[in-house]
Amino acid sequence: MRSKSCFTPFLYLLLFAAMLVTAALCVCLGSVNVALSDILAVLFRGGEGVDDGTCSIIRSVRLPRVICVAEVGAALSLCGAAMQGLLKNPLADGSTLGVSTGASLGAALSIAFGITLPGLPFSGTMVMASLFAFLSLLIILALAFRLDHSLSTNTIILIGIIWSMFVSSILSLIVTFASDRLKAITFWTMGSLSGSSYQNALILLVVLAVGSLILLRLANELNAFAIGEDNARSVGVNVRRVRLAVLITVSVMIGVCVSVGGSIAFVGLVTPHIIRMITGPDHRKLLPCSLFGGAIFLLLADLTARMILRPLELNVGVVTSFVGAILFVYIYFKTRRNR
Amino acid sequence: MEPLLTVSSLSVNYGELAALKGLSFELFAGDWLMLVGPNGAGKSTLVNALSRGVDYSGDILWKGQNIKTLSPKELARHIGVLSQNHAVGYAFSVYTVVSMGRYAWSGGLLSRGDKDKSAAIERALELTGLTGMEDRPVNQLSGGELQRVFLAQVLAQDPDTLLLDEPTNHLDLVYQKQIFSLIGQWLEQPGKAVISVVHDLSLARAFGSRAILLNDGGQAAAGSPEEVFAPEILNRVYSMDVAEWMRVLLSSWK
Repeated sequence: MRSKSCFTPFLYLLLFAAMLVTAALCVCLGSVNVALSDILAVLFRGGEGVDDGTCSIIRSVRLPRVICVAEVGAALSLCGAAMQGLLKNPLADGSTLGVSTGASLGAALSIAFGITLPGLPFSGTMVMASLFAFLSLLIILALAFRLDHSLSTNTIILIGIIWSMFVSSILSLIVTFASDRLKAITFWTMGSLSGSSYQNALILLVVLAVGSLILLRLANELNAFAIGEDNARSVGVNVRRVRLAVLITVSVMIGVCVSVGGSIAFVGLVTPHIIRMITGPDHRKLLPCSLFGGAIFLLLADLTARMILRPLELNVGVVTSFVGAILFVYIYFKTRRNR
Repeated sequence: MEPLLTVSSLSVNYGELAALKGLSFELFAGDWLMLVGPNGAGKSTLVNALSRGVDYSGDILWKGQNIKTLSPKELARHIGVLSQNHAVGYAFSVYTVVSMGRYAWSGGLLSRGDKDKSAAIERALELTGLTGMEDRPVNQLSGGELQRVFLAQVLAQDPDTLLLDEPTNHLDLVYQKQIFSLIGQWLEQPGKAVISVVHDLSLARAFGSRAILLNDGGQAAAGSPEEVFAPEILNRVYSMDVAEWMRVLLSSWK
């Protein structure tokens, strides 16, 4: 093996610490500021010596939200990194490909028409969102492939945008007719994690754990895809199986994230791009670091959304879209210059 | 002697277009088979079919076994491909790209790792003159350097048969000479064979042990280079006096 690998554990440790510090900061700050000592008291001493109001803010508002935000950030960013490798396209992400919008449509449909699985009242939205995320990916890739066999950056992004607009219009229609049942359209197009619960956090944790396990085990195969799909085939990668595994995993993760927090754009674009500058493109490092990086990025975005117009609260998607759109243009020009 | 590769009635269609029309041939250990023919004759399609990159009809057998029944890793240990186009989007290091050649030898979760990995990679880097460039990002290399990186990858892969699509396309004459003699040495190992697509008929004639001349998806001629490169066959396929043109080119050096 080559040198420089001793750097990696240190990097993971550093990112993990940064994530914890950011999370603590996010629990502390808000419309009411909370002392760090109070958080520690609630976490480790059952809220001893903390007044009830503060205790309940920490326990039932801030903590579940911060946990959900970190998990959604980690999941979206991991999905972005995996798709960018699989498609050899640094601009691929749930939002740029229209997968998140597709998932939103699935979730909205299941709420509007009351589609649930027997015995699991909450799961209907998640299953429908994941299914629609997967269908969106298939449609986008099939269309892109028909137009241009090499699946070039421009084609995929263009079709993603068209797909997003098309799905958004259907989504608006459903929300207009079923407004009593559905959260506001802004939830599905901009995303917000203000109503997070521990139940959401637990579901996200399970999906994140399983999804990460699958994708991290495919890191080497993703490297091969990022070098080139033909090359991946010739070195012996089972391209069909790997592609399907990644697409399904990514769809389920994005679907669950969207059904919990709506469509939060550009997280999967911004984080892997920044992480790649630190770790290089090797997915064996990029994927785990993107998990931490995504959590940190979305925590900071959520904090900004809560703080910037205090006591008003922005949707977190407003912040991520603002940062993401600028970075998108930057990456787009940079990749074009490299051609 | 049992052939390494048996191709029978191989056809490939791209929609309406028949790119290969019922091609049959055998490849034996020690062979250096040259695929020649005009643009669009089906040379690259044949390479793609042999590496299962395109759907085909007909049979391709590896030592009697249909390659469709082999796992991708097994196929990669038998047949390694060096294709023409390499545009790597990300800044992978030379070492990472070359080490990907060992993918087919990596085991599953419970098996031992690939113990020859480092040695195979180091040897491939040395043979292609890339020693010292291991940490360079591949997206900053010249076309020729990149070609050598992917050649190193397929050498590290150490397959029984090398499929080379225009192996020296981006390379200057120094590397053209080096790489053809390098492949010649590689071929001296027992049980190895090479199929390469070349446009340069002189190279094909000088290095090939056998040749197939393709034209319009079919086989115009096959056999020893002397037989295939007979003036009447070449002139018909290329619609020009090939030998005369070669002599004109050569005479400019006198």
